[in-house]
Amino acid sequence: MTETMAFVVDMLVHATPLVITGLAVALAFRAGVWNIGADGQFIAGATAAAWVGVSVPAGIGWLALIIALVAGVIAGAIWAAIAAWLRSRFGVLEVISTIMLNFIATYGASFLVRGPLQEPTHVYPQTSGIVSGAHMPILLRGTRLHWGFVIAVALAVIAWWVMKYSATGFRVRASGVNPFAARSAGLIDVSRVTAFAFVASGAIAGMAGAIEVSGVTFALYENISPGYGYTAIAVALLAGLNPLGVIGTGILFGALETAAGTMQRNIGIPSTTASVIEAIVILAVIAVAQLRANRVTTSA
Amino acid sequence: MIDGTSAFLEGVVRTATPLAFAALGETVTERSGIINIGLEGSIIAGALGAVVGAGYGGVWAGFAFAAVCGCAVAAIFALFAVTLRADQIISGTAVTLLALGGTGTLYRVLYGSAGAALNTPTLDPASIPLLSRIPVVGRALFVQPSITYVLYVLVPVVMWWTYRTHAGLGLRAIGENPAAATAAGIRAKKVQFLAVLFGGLLGGISGGTLVLAQAGTFVEGMSAGRGFIAIAIVVLGRWNPLGAALAALVFGAASALQFFFQATGSNLPYQLFLAFPYVLTLVALAATHGRTNSPAALGRQDFEQS
Repeated sequence: MTETMAFVVDMLVHATPLVITGLAVALAFRAGVWNIGADGQFIAGATAAAWVGVSVPAGIGWLALIIALVAGVIAGAIWAAIAAWLRSRFGVLEVISTIMLNFIATYGASFLVRGPLQEPTHVYPQTSGIVSGAHMPILLRGTRLHWGFVIAVALAVIAWWVMKYSATGFRVRASGVNPFAARSAGLIDVSRVTAFAFVASGAIAGMAGAIEVSGVTFALYENISPGYGYTAIAVALLAGLNPLGVIGTGILFGALETAAGTMQRNIGIPSTTASVIEAIVILAVIAVAQLRANRVTTSA
Repeated sequence: MIDGTSAFLEGVVRTATPLAFAALGETVTERSGIINIGLEGSIIAGALGAVVGAGYGGVWAGFAFAAVCGCAVAAIFALFAVTLRADQIISGTAVTLLALGGTGTLYRVLYGSAGAALNTPTLDPASIPLLSRIPVVGRALFVQPSITYVLYVLVPVVMWWTYRTHAGLGLRAIGENPAAATAAGIRAKKVQFLAVLFGGLLGGISGGTLVLAQAGTFVEGMSAGRGFIAIAIVVLGRWNPLGAALAALVFGAASALQFFFQATGSNLPYQLFLAFPYVLTLVALAATHGRTNSPAALGRQDFEQS
């Protein structure tokens, strides 16, 4: 395999969780929900998938993969639902609650891989390997590129269609753009729509976690997410919150992370530089948008 | 037993100090109607700044440089959230990301590729005569690193400034009713910019405290969400400087519990204690629901149009 080919494979493997968590963030932001918690929801999904993957009997074959993915989706949804409930019932700012839930998920996973779910020799802080039936099939023979990438692209297309053409998508967009107008003019139950978008966002992020476990790590580790949920914010914003755009920006950031890893190994540029670049991208995007908006306001 | 209680209370005040600094600054920022989610970034920048400053001129140079670094990060946030009127949540998140990544990168560039453990001088606890001999709480409150005493002075000063001066009134007016305040001749953007800088300054000192009064070294990501916890503390303290300081003690207690249980040899998993402050933040925010008096214009983007 050529070096370029290896880079492309690595890039797409890295891009898979970024595209999916990017979709999760884009959906939430479209609805006016500041879900900074895709990271925690990702960890919740990964944890549930790994739990299923080590618990189910090996005899059920590929059913294990389906159950693991469903478990991941449900876990991510539940993790987001906590924040959604705190927001609708108690008015707790979701920015704070989702970040707190990120920390709680990290420590929760740490507890599980050092406690009840630790591999039998009790040496490493990780679970045993998941059953082979729960492994995501390989997309390109001889590489680590798995079907998760195809799922990511399919999810993006579905999300794009739902947001653009369905009534649900319209309600979500209307609630995000102007909740007051949506409530008074459109007879939209805004709090219900935003709660739905919040939970759906968590479900998608949870699926990303489950796919990562079934396609890449095959076990649950501490720090299974190197901050995907935060990178996802840059991915979503750079795509202008457009699900189809997220495919492109997700791949771009996948390339960035792959390159950052290579640069660290070869010339010692720290991988933390990637998050600096992400931050600069976010700031550049909002600065451009804001300057444009301000010009419209002043000229009007 | 008295030693156990006393040590626990000392731990409470010690862990509460950086939270109180950050929350006090954020209280002033939020009073101007700006919510600075980038506070976490100021704290981590302050922590790295403290290491650099202390390397040149000792502990107090460390604090000074920590404050400058915290301020610089806050200035980036203010440029976007105040000057450009961009979304405060996104700007703040990006600034946090920038500072967490930037400090990690700089630390490795400055101190070696692996970020070799580096020790800075730290403040020893200084005992205040007489006061430290008050039963039970004396040692906890008055045998602390001297930066804690700076906090004791700062809380009433900020309190007085916010509620008893003309400038403080102007600050609160912008947070409550920007249109009226602007009509009264207050320059909203200027006051908000300064309020954000002040929050960043104290955020930087908060990070400096983590290094120079506690850890004695820098660790990547050592702010560990304190900026976000501080924002919750502001809510819990009802946007009142004294309230913020007292609410910080509650969170100090939550963190100190960890050391207490470790010392008593408890079998409970340590992750439970590490996660406890974050769980407490959620519970505290839910519990204060409906009894808060947040600045009416907090987080709004459309100051000039209102």
